[in-house]
Amino acid sequence: MDLFEYQGKQYFARYDIPVSKGDVAVTVDQAIAAADAAGYPVVVKAQVQVGGRGKAGGIKLANNADEVRTHAGNILGMDIKGHLVKRVWVENASDIAEEYYASFTLDRGAKKHLLMLSREGGVEIEEVAEKNPAAILMLHIDPVDGLPAAAAKKAAVDAKIPEAAQQGVADILVQLYRCFVEGDCDLAEINPLILKPTGEVHALDAKVSLDENAEFRHPEWAEFQATVELDARELLAREKGLQYIGLDGTVGIIANGAGLAMSTLDVVNQVGGSAANFLDIGGGANADVMAGALEVINSDKNVKSIFINIFGGITRGDEVAKGIVEALGRVDLRAPIVIRLDGTNATEGRDILKNAGIPESKLTSKSTMLEAAAAAVALAK
Amino acid sequence: MAIFVDQNTKVIVQGLTGGQGKYHGLRNKAYGTQIVAGVTPGKGGTDVEGVPVYNSVAEAVKATGATASFVTVPPKAASAAILEAASAGITFIVCITEGIPAQDEARTYNTMVRDFPKVRLLGPNCPGIISPGKCNIGITAGEIAQLPTAKGPNVGIVSRSGTLTYQALYELKQLGIGVSTCVGIGGDPVPGTSFIDCLREFQADPETHAIIMIGEIGGSAEEEAAEFIKDNVTKPMSAYIAGVTAPAGKKMGHAGAIVSGGKGTAQGKMDALRAAGVLVGHNPTEAGSLMAGIVAGLS
Repeated sequence: MDLFEYQGKQYFARYDIPVSKGDVAVTVDQAIAAADAAGYPVVVKAQVQVGGRGKAGGIKLANNADEVRTHAGNILGMDIKGHLVKRVWVENASDIAEEYYASFTLDRGAKKHLLMLSREGGVEIEEVAEKNPAAILMLHIDPVDGLPAAAAKKAAVDAKIPEAAQQGVADILVQLYRCFVEGDCDLAEINPLILKPTGEVHALDAKVSLDENAEFRHPEWAEFQATVELDARELLAREKGLQYIGLDGTVGIIANGAGLAMSTLDVVNQVGGSAANFLDIGGGANADVMAGALEVINSDKNVKSIFINIFGGITRGDEVAKGIVEALGRVDLRAPIVIRLDGTNATEGRDILKNAGIPESKLTSKSTMLEAAAAAVALAK
Repeated sequence: MAIFVDQNTKVIVQGLTGGQGKYHGLRNKAYGTQIVAGVTPGKGGTDVEGVPVYNSVAEAVKATGATASFVTVPPKAASAAILEAASAGITFIVCITEGIPAQDEARTYNTMVRDFPKVRLLGPNCPGIISPGKCNIGITAGEIAQLPTAKGPNVGIVSRSGTLTYQALYELKQLGIGVSTCVGIGGDPVPGTSFIDCLREFQADPETHAIIMIGEIGGSAEEEAAEFIKDNVTKPMSAYIAGVTAPAGKKMGHAGAIVSGGKGTAQGKMDALRAAGVLVGHNPTEAGSLMAGIVAGLS
């Protein structure tokens, strides 16, 4: 789950990472109130999860309430690369002496945490990596050891952070690492991490991505969930606890397991069709889950046929079949189903479907993934 | 021969008294796997259809001499269960649990490397391992795996995705090709066992004559495997990578499956494998028929 900048800053603040005084606003009046509280001059920043906000006119400096009114009025409702600006973050403007970069992620290849620290901040780190890789310090951290203060200080020195900023940067690294680990982030990034003329080091931006598997131990994430931007289909899927990603095609996809679901998308594509979604009903899905999945697919007006691709392991074919029968009784499906059912209890599942008296115009069964994909694509045309 | 597990492997099930643990543990037993005990704290002294349950892994190991464990407990308890097994002398741990936080996984993995370097963890979030006819630990339906033959050729399977592992087994069964061992390494960001670990074992296993590898988008495990194959694997291979049509920046179900910053694409992985001499199919069926061609050439 990716956080907006303002949420990232609020999250940073929980871990004592210094951020600018500010607040989020959804109206012009709120923006002015936030500016008054933060102290002028302020920066009004569009809250969208896409790069290039500044160039698009989504970040403006305001010296007084009138300027805040003008800028917030312009920015709220603005479309930035297809993202509608619903909120602005208004914060006290910082004087900047230098800009650095710091982030923590998991290096999957090394199976260790990775600190990236650079004295060249304020630009995309990918750009720095390409043009001047030597300017980035990459330090692997064993999760068992963590990042002691001395190691953080050494990293700041090794990254050639100027001496005046070294201690401040090291302190923030320790705090940011704690945020990354205890806060269950996939990514915790500060770009730019600034040195003020007065000598303080400070996070001017926040990019945080949270690991949804850790949601159970973070009740405070509920407020972030509320602002995740989903389309109607994705909202319905979330309510039903399904792994769903909306796409633009016409063949609705239901599969068990992420790999099989991805593969189903690929195969539909190979036989000349296009998938309307990615939907993984997960391991051990029961009749209820299958019925819910069909409801979600049915809510997508673009869907012309539904391809259910199940290979039972922990998921059982009989449960899948019961769910389909139940769903057909509960929802009036607009599109016909093509099913391919194999693996655990597949025979029982096929028998349930056969004996349920479903007309062939509503459901056909195919024995291989490719045949089923071809049939579903033909029905969608 | 088979890799990692065979007919002599004695297995305990951590979580045998839970719904999934009971279903799959007993199914593994019915397949012929030596399921010798279950472990559930507080339920020691009871049994699950004749399989004795102990309070701790240490007690179960002492009583049965088990060397492998099937961990099927909820995400919150999984890391502790894995480390309990390792410290009690278990040397092969299969964890099927889905949804373990990445931070826990990274810490558990590195704790294992440091404190229990000889213990192998398979998973988490994996379907398990099956050496057909000998041992099945995990959630794979045993009947979809073709038995290996004494003279071969037999195929080893290694896969990052659960259901695609079954698909691969199924494709080979349709073609009548024997399987030496099938390993599902799981789709999480920090798997205990990598493609390379399995490829090394398959290369050394005299009963394995060819290898199928199933990968997916995200990370760089397939590219690293391709590098390894180039220098170390002489047995013929076919492969399939899922997620050619996956949009960038979207996690496709698995915590590990995401194309980000132009990295981890299916195309890049396929190219790397092809450059290492692997035959790459565009879908699981094609990977299966490519393997059929390889096997025909070997027999």
